[in-house]
Amino acid sequence: MPTDAVAAHGGHDHHHDHAQEQMANKVFGFWLYLMTDCVLFATAFAGVAVNRHSYAGGPTGKDIFELNGVIIETACLLLSSVTYGFAMLAAHRHNKSQVMLWLGITFLFGLGFIGFEVKEFMHLVADGNGPERSAFLSSFFLLVATHGCHVTAGLLWMATLMFQMGVMKKPLNTVYLSRLTMLSLFWHFLDIVWICVFTVVYLMGVM
Amino acid sequence: MDHSAHGHSHVDAAGASHGSYTSYAIGFVLSVILTAAAFWAVMSHSMSPGATVTTIVILAIVQIFVHLVFFLHLNFSSEQRWNVTAFAFAALVVLIVIGGSLWIIHNMTDRMMPQMQQQLPGLTQQQG
Repeated sequence: MPTDAVAAHGGHDHHHDHAQEQMANKVFGFWLYLMTDCVLFATAFAGVAVNRHSYAGGPTGKDIFELNGVIIETACLLLSSVTYGFAMLAAHRHNKSQVMLWLGITFLFGLGFIGFEVKEFMHLVADGNGPERSAFLSSFFLLVATHGCHVTAGLLWMATLMFQMGVMKKPLNTVYLSRLTMLSLFWHFLDIVWICVFTVVYLMGVM
Repeated sequence: MDHSAHGHSHVDAAGASHGSYTSYAIGFVLSVILTAAAFWAVMSHSMSPGATVTTIVILAIVQIFVHLVFFLHLNFSSEQRWNVTAFAFAALVVLIVIGGSLWIIHNMTDRMMPQMQQQLPGLTQQQG
């Protein structure tokens, strides 16, 4: 909307322009970090691809993967991506209480995802199908746990922002808007990585 | 202020477009359809394995672009030129890392002694 664009780019306040430019640089720097994270995930995916048949006499993907759990995990992450989007829309309207509400819902979906993942891992390890069982399982655990650690880090970051804005009563200013923006990039990025995980690891694994 | 919540998205100085409720709703519906199609393709066993793999890989690539456009609001505007350039370069590195690893290991298994291939039966399978 043109009126918003004028308000956002503001115009004449030099200090305001400087803050906007700093925020732009921060967000772009974070985007570059995410691109290097792509390469980290690529190496883990390469491991999965190379070891996809290295069962060492152990179980195959067909034997151990439960697609119902994967569907729930996928739904949790997708819904959390949308609710985080709603938090960002509220942030751009400077509506802090709505930001907090949507962040809280996003956090619960993320926690649900981690819960199901931990349950799956514990089940596998209890059955003797831990990462030490075969190269196939080592690369499976490496990739999926790397993604899970990222989601956990995102949850910690989200909890920190909610604590700062909710308990410490920090204002929703440019600083916090840029932090929320960076976490939104991180969160959507993890959902994109998950698309590759459920396609390559789980769906191809059960075939 | 509220009118920024719907209708158009706009771009701020960070080069990041905020999107709108509409863009998130479209992205969500498309993602649900693409995800459901991928799971259905595998769980229904209605296609040959080769056709199934091709289908779910295409569905995943389409969904990645759906997320990039409707959730991350990546576009080809001048503000975002460097975001897109960095993404394209990362995609190239990802392809080299994964494609290169598959190619190297495939050639290695081709050149292994027959008795070693029996010890590692998994590695003799063709690459996808």
